Amino acid sequence: MKIIVAIKRVVDYNVKIRVKPDRTSVDLSHVKMSMNPFDEIAVEEAVRQRESGKTSEVVLVSIGPETTQEVLRTGLAMGADRALLVTTQETLEPLAIAKILKVIVQEEKPDMVFLGKQAIDDESNQTGQMLAALLGWGQATFASSLDIENRHATVVREVDDGTQTLSLPLPIVMTTDLRLNEPRYISLPNIMKSKKKPIEQKALSDLGLETRKRLTVLSVEEPKPRQCGIKVANVAELVSALKQTNCI
Amino acid sequence: MAILLLAEHNTEETAKTLNAARAISNDIDILICGTNVQEIAENSAKLTGVRQVLVAEADYLTHQLAEPVADTIIKQSNDYDVFIAASTSIGKNVMPRVAALLDVMQISDIIAVVASDTFKRPIYAGNAIETTRSNDHKKVITVRTASFTPAPSQKNAAPIKTITPAPNPNLSFFVKAQTNKSNRPDLTSASVIISGGRGLGSQEQFMALLLPLANKLEAALGASRAAVDAGYAPNDWQIGQTGKVVAPKLYIAVGISGAIQHLAGIMDAQVIVAINKDAEAPIMQIADYALVGDLHQIIPELEKAL
Repeated sequence: MKIIVAIKRVVDYNVKIRVKPDRTSVDLSHVKMSMNPFDEIAVEEAVRQRESGKTSEVVLVSIGPETTQEVLRTGLAMGADRALLVTTQETLEPLAIAKILKVIVQEEKPDMVFLGKQAIDDESNQTGQMLAALLGWGQATFASSLDIENRHATVVREVDDGTQTLSLPLPIVMTTDLRLNEPRYISLPNIMKSKKKPIEQKALSDLGLETRKRLTVLSVEEPKPRQCGIKVANVAELVSALKQTNCI
Repeated sequence: MAILLLAEHNTEETAKTLNAARAISNDIDILICGTNVQEIAENSAKLTGVRQVLVAEADYLTHQLAEPVADTIIKQSNDYDVFIAASTSIGKNVMPRVAALLDVMQISDIIAVVASDTFKRPIYAGNAIETTRSNDHKKVITVRTASFTPAPSQKNAAPIKTITPAPNPNLSFFVKAQTNKSNRPDLTSASVIISGGRGLGSQEQFMALLLPLANKLEAALGASRAAVDAGYAPNDWQIGQTGKVVAPKLYIAVGISGAIQHLAGIMDAQVIVAINKDAEAPIMQIADYALVGDLHQIIPELEKAL
């Protein structure tokens, strides 16, 4: 059985981002980039499935400029077998990403595709669902537990009022939630080993896909700052302040 | 411009989504998928601004799984230009599937309607607000309901029409649901929320300290990711970028440092109170009222003072 994991290189989750003064976008020059945290969870889950003998191969896919190789190396150091990079300088929307992933899936014929539930930059939370739709596959989103038996996946999903358990015949697309697992730290020997693992590159232009932008970003602004608050000295002051503002 | 609004079984969320839809166009039909949804349909039909309510009943729609619900929406899609739903776990699951089947981009989690094709939405954990225009012939939108007021109910009900759902594609099957039953107000609609973090120290302390205060204020209980990960509170209490986004009148953060990801979920709170022993914690910088001190003393004292 084969698992494909789609990963995205994003601004590191600890970085406090800044909006460009011309309000066209967020300033990403000279900021630390990392693998999207939800994608790390997806890689970890795929590697664990292989370690438990349920999967024979874990293939990573990412889409972006050459520098995206670094996050693929991280995933390879976590234990994935090989990687595929679709190179492009364009910033693509989830629909275009889903179309590219569909082409890869049709070539690679995996039994499952794992993605993070959302990327922490554009926060769309769409790509996995869109890919499942384009493939005509079942989808298991916001997964917090996965069990595979007799070509059926049993997935526990995080929903608004608790959890929901689904059973899905393979192949499926699954998107990972925070509580699916805790991704491993990568060791130096594994980083060295990952350098020998292959990263195949394909140019997006060779795939012959229509990936034009559907959305036009008109502006990007800082959120309205909250008014400066005050420090209260004790509970009595807090209570009277809340009473004054009619909060209680 | 005709709008199809996918309603869930929570009429309050539907009413807020409806108000977002009304800012786009007035021709709004509500679609309700499920079984035994007559009462929900009747309540939805009374919401101001609804043209008609469509009801699709089938046993495989009971749990509103993405595949059959998306197919049912697609079956109706010729009659509509805009497809809209709340950004709940159901809306987020179903709508991107609809968008891909229509070959359009979804606009996720809008917080404002600028024009019928232009919307504002937060990106980077709410640290930036993007204004984006859709160039697609049809639009698929999810709504951050915390940013909208609910459409009011009225006496005159819109007509209710039964439609035939799309056949079950049999791609996924419901096994079971585990609901954290709570008699507390719902987090996403509560007017007061008390939220605990790692500073509470244990599950026992979390409940022992926060529950009496919550009872007194008729507040919902929330938690930071750290508190949920430590097992102090259930997952569905998590507030933040990856949990729930809330907009209460009063938000009391107890023992929460205020990571970017947590602040993303409380931006729209009217008044934020932070109680923390660390005066330098990020939450203290954005709080309207910050009280530095030991929460184990402050919380019981606060409860008595109210």
